[in-house]
Amino acid sequence: MNLAGSIFGSTIGRKIIIAATGVILIGFVIGHLVGNLQIFEEADRLNGYGAFLHQLGPLLWVARIVLLGSVILHIWAATVLTLENHAARQIKYGVKHTIQATLASRMMRWTGVVVLAFLLYHLAHFTLGFTSVATYKENLPLYTMVGDYRVAGFLAVKSGTQVLDVRSMVILGFQQPVVALFYIVAVGLLSFHLLHGADSLFQTFGWRSQKWAGALRKLVIVFCAIYFLGNLAIPGAVLLGKIPVAEPARAAARP
Amino acid sequence: MVAETNSNTISITLRVWRQAGPDAPGKFVDYPAANLSTHMSFLEMLDVVNDGLTLKGEEPIAFAHDCREGICGTCSCTINGKAHGPGHGVATCQIYMRAFRDGEVIVVEPFRAKAFPLVKDLVVDRSAFDRIIQAGGFISVRTGAAPDANSIPVPKTDADLAMDAAACIGCGACVAACKNASAMLFVAAKVSQLGLLPQGQPERDSRVLAMVNTMDALGFGSCTNQYECSAACPKTISHDFIARLNRDYLKASVRSAFKPVSSAAGGSG
Ligand code: HEM
Ligand code: FES
Repeated sequence: MNLAGSIFGSTIGRKIIIAATGVILIGFVIGHLVGNLQIFEEADRLNGYGAFLHQLGPLLWVARIVLLGSVILHIWAATVLTLENHAARQIKYGVKHTIQATLASRMMRWTGVVVLAFLLYHLAHFTLGFTSVATYKENLPLYTMVGDYRVAGFLAVKSGTQVLDVRSMVILGFQQPVVALFYIVAVGLLSFHLLHGADSLFQTFGWRSQKWAGALRKLVIVFCAIYFLGNLAIPGAVLLGKIPVAEPARAAARP
Repeated sequence: MVAETNSNTISITLRVWRQAGPDAPGKFVDYPAANLSTHMSFLEMLDVVNDGLTLKGEEPIAFAHDCREGICGTCSCTINGKAHGPGHGVATCQIYMRAFRDGEVIVVEPFRAKAFPLVKDLVVDRSAFDRIIQAGGFISVRTGAAPDANSIPVPKTDADLAMDAAACIGCGACVAACKNASAMLFVAAKVSQLGLLPQGQPERDSRVLAMVNTMDALGFGSCTNQYECSAACPKTISHDFIARLNRDYLKASVRSAFKPVSSAAGGSG
């Protein structure tokens, strides 16, 4: 068999696809969270960051295509394997028994599906503006940068530049309790997905062994907890009124 | 002094999957079994129940067994949903009635996997494992007189690991216990026991590729890294071997894709 055949055509190969795309997606969600936490600083930070990402132009598109491709491959491989796994045991046991499989590992398909549903909604909300149209960034007054936004010391967005007010969009979005709640539930389930996934991928790549499996498990638990709390902080703080929105944006959002 | 006998007796209800043949409909049937010595093995209990059935002119329960000492891997069934029953690191034949409570309903089912078609009652056909072994093929060793000891150096740790893998008795409990009816632990053990040793190197890549392809083609599921297999294994074979198998498979795929082939090998001119 050729290389593509042994990766796409075998069960182990498809697991490796899930793990490799999982690593890309984990890298993304970490970066995404760290970027978003700038919402706790002055408005220049998140808005400058948003403008900087859009300035990347073709690079941004490369990242988007890699991410989209990863999501598609991840779901494709997971779906094919799940169907095969169901076919491999057509007659179920009368008594169902689990010795040590974790709850997170048994819920992967469900947590994955909810994360996918959330992902689509999230894109419709903040990237495409299909929902919450009134508070979509392009419908809010532009934000004028107070200072320079620098990335690794380099000037990215100059003081005085007019940029999209993504920060207000996020805050106004999360001021709707249902939106904030869905976000919290979804990142909770994503963290739960990773409670198995981030551990499991080491086994899939063949790097895990009993010698350090215990340490890896603890590391993954700590990572998932930090990831969840970091994500909880944003809608949580908005709901508690800790991050007020600038007046022009609020006025514009009023129906 | 004569050893004290602490033999108790218990009475149980056996709820067994009965199915006359591969295409016949199957169902659970209850059989009460009274006054069983707790020193009796689980298979002896089945013998007793079967004696009763035979006397009544009923068809005895078909179950697979051979050595009855945990080394052949023939005894295959799940007891209360667990492959090889309530023990840890033991096969069904090493389960004793003291592991059960008086009055308990014990549910006994055949191993469930598409790749292990049912033959009768609790007996399934596990020859799919044989086909995986066949796909593994031969190893290139010098035959003839026994070689000198230690003529091929093998690190002790590798030898020990290879022996751990070689403890696999091919019973199929890993498949039965796996949520996906995957044979990964079996294949991992068989691939590793040779892959860890110098004698297994010449065919290492072709072996892992062929065994995994055969495993897939036979309709086993895939691994979701939940480790039910190693927990049910009567030889407590570690799922570390599955990690090793994944790594071996990936390396072999890459190597076989890029390794040059001798032009003479083709034979066409
Ligand atoms: C940001 C989104 C996601 C991330 C970061 C992520 C991450 C991961 C990781 C790291 C793994 C482990 C791979 C391995 O076992 O080696 C995994 C497995 C899996 N994921 Fe995702 N995933 C995401 C979204 C999804 C979605 C949307 C679905 C389904 C619709 C999904 C379904 C699955 C399934 C079924 C598995 C296999 C579980 C198993 O083998 O037990 N995931 N994911
Ligand atoms: S009968 Fe041989 S292992 Fe149980």
